[in-house]
Amino acid sequence: MNQIKQLVNGVLKGNRRSIAKTITLIENNPHEAQKAVSKLYPHTGKAHIIGITGPTGSGKSTLIEKLVKELRKKRKRVGIIAVDPSSPFTGGAFLGDRIRMQKLSTDKEVFIRSMATRNSPGGLARATRDAVKVLDASGKDVVIVETVGAGQSEVDIIKVAHTVVVVLAPGLGDDIQAIKAGMMEIGDIFVVNKADRENADEAVIDIETMLNMGSEKEKWRPPVIKTTATKDEGTAMLLNRINQHMKYLKKEVFDIQRRQKAETELIEAIKQKTTDSIIDELRRKGELEKLVQEILAKKTDPYSAADALLKERLKRFRTNG
Amino acid sequence: MSTKRKIRIVVAKPGLDSHDRGAKVIARAFRDAGMEVIYTGLWQTPEQIVETALQEDVDVVALSILSGAHMTLFPKITKLMKQKGLNDILVLGGGVIPDEDIPALKKIGIAEVFGPDTPTNTIIKFIKENTQKTK
Ligand SMILES: Nc1nc2c(ncn2[C@@H]2O[C@H](COP(=O)(O)OP(=O)(O)OP(=O)(O)O)[C@@H](O)[C@H]2O)c(=O)[nH]1
Ligand SMILES: [Mg+2]
Repeated sequence: MNQIKQLVNGVLKGNRRSIAKTITLIENNPHEAQKAVSKLYPHTGKAHIIGITGPTGSGKSTLIEKLVKELRKKRKRVGIIAVDPSSPFTGGAFLGDRIRMQKLSTDKEVFIRSMATRNSPGGLARATRDAVKVLDASGKDVVIVETVGAGQSEVDIIKVAHTVVVVLAPGLGDDIQAIKAGMMEIGDIFVVNKADRENADEAVIDIETMLNMGSEKEKWRPPVIKTTATKDEGTAMLLNRINQHMKYLKKEVFDIQRRQKAETELIEAIKQKTTDSIIDELRRKGELEKLVQEILAKKTDPYSAADALLKERLKRFRTNG
Repeated sequence: MSTKRKIRIVVAKPGLDSHDRGAKVIARAFRDAGMEVIYTGLWQTPEQIVETALQEDVDVVALSILSGAHMTLFPKITKLMKQKGLNDILVLGGGVIPDEDIPALKKIGIAEVFGPDTPTNTIIKFIKENTQKTK
């Protein structure tokens, strides 16, 4: 408990070691970390959280470095969380996003943390959301979350971020086609990076066309921007659009979005806590193992076993409801 | 509630080496051994490496150097780490390092030095054995 208090106090003062240790605790021991996150919660809600997602190699990290350079000119304090997948086989991970952000690494007002998904279902680790809270509470004005948009993970980013930037690059061809459907839904801003390459304009037209097919009722029409991150071209414009999006949110939907986020988080917390406590109990009492054996012996199947187990436990809810 | 400890390790190349093939091979071997490897690329200053170790809260810092500047760069790194209170991090040296330099490097806080021919398994075993202590 004392350790938790120390961490929390450190985070609130913006101490970098405390921030780092708290995020580690979140990753390794969510149960214990919850005490810290709860204490930090009242201090959150100030940061603008920006999700940067898109296919592997489209230039997300390079773009983030330039974006942060721009933010630093305006004296904004910035936190970055770069999420990469863990190997499903070994559990290890290669976290290489820092390679492109080295110029930021000794700026005391910029905190960068690489995170592996640790095979958490749903892609973007649950830990990410809590880590964002830590950075938010530590006094960062902007928190950027980089995720690879392949498979499921891009869907989670909208639960975390206020503004989602989808970064694509020309020449990804079929790749773009395949991911488009999912990405088109979640992007508030679209970037065609590597504009120094051929076919950047085609990619822009492509995206515009897809956006035009969307509903017209939406008040925010996602802008499409060309950037060349390596030459720092288009990044000021991108930041401009990001800020515009925040203004729009504040005017139109911020409270609805905040309410929605709070509800989603609460429901997820309830789900997690109920399943955890039920499964813990079943394990302790040996009931879980007994049923596993029965399933193996084909005396029952997992669904029937779950029904039988939960019947008694859920009775209360049914009769009340 | 299970608590999952993962070994986090930063693989860094201080100095002016012109390529990082070896370091990348090592980094991937660490990953395949189940570690979370933070890779930072070429031309890292001691300040950058130490700050990265701090922010990423790593258990291990693996330094690789070919240029021969280890006797100036390694002490700078270990000194900075001590200044920032990063005393519980295991620091390893690798690359091209003459045997006669090893005792001096160990004195300044490099836990072990591995030559270019060391099998990666040996290094991985060393890391696993020396990061067991609960932090
Ligand atoms: N030609 C060109 N190359 C770029 C541009 N932006 C980034 N790159 C290069 O594209 C490669 C990938 O860049 P990253 O920033 O690592 O891309 P990423 O999307 O973060 O990659 P992952 O994190 O692996 O998904 C690097 O070699 C960059 O130098 C650009 O605007 N033009
Ligand atoms: Mg990246």
